[in-house]
Amino acid sequence: MLQYTVRRILLAIPTLLGVAVLIFFMLRVVPGDIVELKLRGDGAAVSAETLQVERVRLGLDKPLSSQFADWMIGLVTLDFGKSMWTGNPVAHEIAIRLELSFEVAILATVIAVLLALPLGTIAALYKDTWIDYVVRVLAIAGLAVPSFWLGMLFILALLVYFAWLPPITFTPIYQDPWANLAQMILPALSVGYRYSAVATRMTRSSVLEVLKEDYIRTARAKGVFERLVVARHAIRNALLPVITVIGLEFAFLIGGLVVTEQVFNLNGIGKLFVQSVTRSDYTMIQALVMLVAFIFVVVNVAIDLLYARLDPRIRYQ
Amino acid sequence: MTIQSVAAPPYKIPKRRGAVLQFIVTQPLGAAGLAVIVAMIFSAAFADALAPFDPLDVDFSAMLGPPSWEHWLGTDSFGRDVLSRIMYGARTALAVGFLSSIFGCTAGALIGVVSAYFGGKIDLAIQGVVDVLLSFPIIVLALVVVALLPKVVVAGIDVALIGAIAIPMAPRVARVARASALAIRELPYVDAARAAGFSHMRIIFRHITPNIVAPYLIMLTASVAQAILLEASLTFLGLGVTEPTPAWGLMLSGTAADFYREAPWMILFPGIAISLAVFAFNLFGDSLRDWLDPKIQV
Repeated sequence: MLQYTVRRILLAIPTLLGVAVLIFFMLRVVPGDIVELKLRGDGAAVSAETLQVERVRLGLDKPLSSQFADWMIGLVTLDFGKSMWTGNPVAHEIAIRLELSFEVAILATVIAVLLALPLGTIAALYKDTWIDYVVRVLAIAGLAVPSFWLGMLFILALLVYFAWLPPITFTPIYQDPWANLAQMILPALSVGYRYSAVATRMTRSSVLEVLKEDYIRTARAKGVFERLVVARHAIRNALLPVITVIGLEFAFLIGGLVVTEQVFNLNGIGKLFVQSVTRSDYTMIQALVMLVAFIFVVVNVAIDLLYARLDPRIRYQ
Repeated sequence: MTIQSVAAPPYKIPKRRGAVLQFIVTQPLGAAGLAVIVAMIFSAAFADALAPFDPLDVDFSAMLGPPSWEHWLGTDSFGRDVLSRIMYGARTALAVGFLSSIFGCTAGALIGVVSAYFGGKIDLAIQGVVDVLLSFPIIVLALVVVALLPKVVVAGIDVALIGAIAIPMAPRVARVARASALAIRELPYVDAARAAGFSHMRIIFRHITPNIVAPYLIMLTASVAQAILLEASLTFLGLGVTEPTPAWGLMLSGTAADFYREAPWMILFPGIAISLAVFAFNLFGDSLRDWLDPKIQV
């Protein structure tokens, strides 16, 4: 198992390296350089001198190879440079927002798992009945409803029925857990709905698949209670693909946060990303892209290790 | 015989008479989705004739008006008719959705086929890049592209926006296309074409590509749904379609956010429009897959 773990972690490094190289060159290869886009983007008359000063300030006057070396060394030493907009270290700007986004992500995951596993299993067990149809329609709707719109509807409903608006300032969970949860639950539900829809669909098809297996028929034939057949034989084996989907969607939650944080006015990673894009803050974008890729890679490794733990056959391949 | 059946292309387009009728009978949900899509295309195409008002017509005497006989879905904070704006918004959504999906899926499919056909180092290199691109949520990649590309507006639609939506789609399609093309590459007629001395281009375009049309169409339908959702999200963030072009995402952002508490219809109906459109394309795509490949039981 240790050998497998080490091998799996080493395999993740090329992906991260690829992302680092790709994002570096994407930002440099664009026609017209960053400084020009930033200062002259709106057709403003900016002298060539000012452009050059800005280039020097951002280190863009150096040859590409030394810029690339700086970027790579910075990555290894976890020094992402300074934000081109605020001038603060990028790592600091990200760190102060990470807690909030992370909490929404975890809450959303909990919601998704609590909804998806029972709903998906029930839909599979009652395939082609009205229960199944209701679950399936809810799930397909979950893929269609934009999370930011759902968030707006939540705020509207709160306002109409409780005359209550979510607070503007963020309360950390260790200060006042209830105030914190009251603030975080709606953003988590908004992104969690889509998440649970994806997981529900996967659970349903996975359970359906497993129910066709020979060992289920064997279990039924030897007279095992149907409840035990489902709980012990079906769900356990159906769980593997579901875990993958839950993990991948977790890694991709930043996509939902990008819009949802805007609606709920939460100052998290998603909002920072949008701000950086609007402000052409390239150092920040670079670092955030690396963060997203890092989360994706970590989640993938975690999924694989969990797989190996749950299914010994994978370990020895 | 076993090798034959393993290598058989995973999808086949049914060549039956009355295919459309058969689709409607066997896939009622998909037919419902198709009906919504057709209605959307219709109202977008004939918005000039069908919409009760000009979508840009500002009428300060009718600001924030609730749904009425005159304004079926109410008016917004500028007194503009919500129904008319939704109909014209459908035009934007469909144009961006279809254009970006066609570009993204076609590029992806070609990359996938080339990767599968040549194999070896080319395949390895392409799949490496695809893997890297797949480690990002679609919207993150789209935002990076938006940050990079300068805005070029043609006929009210931003070309950079179409690129931003198309580029994240390509690697996802490339994956599927590669898998399908790998199976086809092993078929005897490809060997025969190679033995006959046909060029790589001819084999790729005449012998392999036509056989992945079915998965391509399935991906395309699903992509349109995603593209509409993505366009709405980017526009909502202020990074997509901009005023004065009517767009659904735009109707949910900006002033809408300030007034929707007094005038909930302002956000209710555009949101329903987005959801319904995405829902319809997803439903149609799902059914299309079931219909083209009855083996998959999802």
